[in-house]
Amino acid sequence: MSGEGERSQILAGRFEARPDQLRRIRHALARALEEAGVDAEGAADTVLAVDEACQNVIRHGYRNGSGAIVLCVERGGGELVIEIRDFAAPVDPARIRPRPLDELRPGGLGTHFIRSVMDRVEYRPASAGRGNVLRMVRRIGPA
Amino acid sequence: MRCEVRQREGVRVVELSGEVDLESSPAARQVLLDAVAAGGPLLVDLSGVDYIDSSGIASLVEAFQAARSRGTRFGLVAVSPAAMRVLRLARLDRVFEIHEDLEEGLGGGG
Repeated sequence: MSGEGERSQILAGRFEARPDQLRRIRHALARALEEAGVDAEGAADTVLAVDEACQNVIRHGYRNGSGAIVLCVERGGGELVIEIRDFAAPVDPARIRPRPLDELRPGGLGTHFIRSVMDRVEYRPASAGRGNVLRMVRRIGPA
Repeated sequence: MRCEVRQREGVRVVELSGEVDLESSPAARQVLLDAVAAGGPLLVDLSGVDYIDSSGIASLVEAFQAARSRGTRFGLVAVSPAAMRVLRLARLDRVFEIHEDLEEGLGGGG
């Protein structure tokens, strides 16, 4: 639990879970990461992981129906901690696995990207109310 | 995202640019599949791609497979650093035919 207590929030937002919101989410996040002085590679990795995670919420959480995504990004202790909360039906974490890459076929890549660029990824049920929380941690350089 | 198709020296060139994401990739996918269905060699210019996600990569894979099943050439040219990074993450940088620039792509392959 290194860095607990020393983290500062660099972005908090609530977005509609729709494909046309993803660009807005990416741009808000990229701006916040740049203002927080996160290096270009860490920022690009984080933007990709958050976009892919939001896509999973849109497609598998809400099954393309309406809903909200709450995004919170904190920085501290040489880490970025990203939480993405939805209000969809509970997701079984065992079902969220990256697909094997040896088979060349379209789709199923998003979870592989998230696991490739993030140092830690955990899914848990929301502590209050219906929904899921995806917590991702990416090590970055000192602030 | 912008997606333009032109002819260069008997090769169809699809130029993708901007942000290829879940919202825009269905349009890119359709243009790519139409270009494959039109027949003949196809090069996809990715020099102007600022961002591409898994759905954009999936569109490229699908078009590549359609071209392969028709026995036509499908290559990527001038892949932007942002797009190359994601192709590497998908471990597709050694699956696709990739050229430094359009001129090399037009000269190479067959």
